[in-house]
Amino acid sequence: MSLVNFTSREITCKIVYYGPGRSGKTTNLQYIYGRVPEDRRGRMVSLATQTDRTLFFDFLPLELGSISGFTTRFQLYTVPGQVYYNATRKLVLQGADGVVFVADSQIRQLDENIESLQNLQANLLEQGIDVRTIPLVLQYNKQDLPSDLILQVADLEEQLNFRMVPAFGASAVVGKGLFETLRAISERVLRKLSEAQPA
Amino acid sequence: MTGAGSWSLGEQDHRRITEQLNDLLRESNARCALLVDRTGQLLANAGDQLQFDPTSFASLTAADFSANDQLAKMIGEPEFASLFHQGEKESMYLADVARRVILVVLFDQRTTVGLVRLRVKQAVGDLAKLFEEMFQRGADGKPALPSLLEGADDEIDKLFGD
Repeated sequence: MSLVNFTSREITCKIVYYGPGRSGKTTNLQYIYGRVPEDRRGRMVSLATQTDRTLFFDFLPLELGSISGFTTRFQLYTVPGQVYYNATRKLVLQGADGVVFVADSQIRQLDENIESLQNLQANLLEQGIDVRTIPLVLQYNKQDLPSDLILQVADLEEQLNFRMVPAFGASAVVGKGLFETLRAISERVLRKLSEAQPA
Repeated sequence: MTGAGSWSLGEQDHRRITEQLNDLLRESNARCALLVDRTGQLLANAGDQLQFDPTSFASLTAADFSANDQLAKMIGEPEFASLFHQGEKESMYLADVARRVILVVLFDQRTTVGLVRLRVKQAVGDLAKLFEEMFQRGADGKPALPSLLEGADDEIDKLFGD
């Protein structure tokens, strides 16, 4: 749920990183946090278990800069990926302006990816949102792993990207493909926001 | 819970909200008040200068309230309309406004939770009216937003520039 404040001339949008457990959602945010200049980011908040698994969410506020005279901010959230945290996942998804689905490219994780995508669709629907209308981008993470362990981007496209949304191969630990992902979702969110406003 | 609609906060609305918050602080003797929407965005604040990161604070407030909402449902309550977190010196009182916004009041020993609760209850009623009015007005009469795509690419490049 984007917020446009005409007094302070600020726009704030919420982007949620979704996907199965251990697919690299938190790593996406950690890498972005490490690479973005200090004056463009706020504090990263992580509500994690003692073993560093996301319990509730990670949160990273980013300042995109001034666009058309409005200071534009993105708030990046991750959901907990593990199946049994669905209640908290729904809470984090509330009011999302855009979703990045981080898939795990490993062959043995294909079912988990599909299940998580279906879960995303169901949780959005519960909030009255059609997955076809919300800005969505896919990221195929862990493409750096040995090729006999992973599915290639073309295979993943066929298995997961039936809505033909922008998709990127990535390696979150070294940062490959992360900015492309963020750029694509940013553009789609801003376009939707522009269209939604009264002319 | 409402779907993902957009918010626009006009200048006049912002001023009226801040006035309400200032009235509440004066009457309750609390330190500061914040209004946070249910998705974790800070809408307005008043009172003492905040000594913490307001953005993180807002996102955690929304999470706190949402988690408690679910707990309420599990025990058969439609909601917990307010929450109280007691600290040694500083305490927080949180209250729902019109199911869309959370009012957070920070206070110390200069006042009591009883007085804060009483004043918050009145403020919630006034703020709820104000927000209902805002929602009913909808998008009509709001200033138009210019195209947000021009310049967006450049800014994203700058963000990730080497």
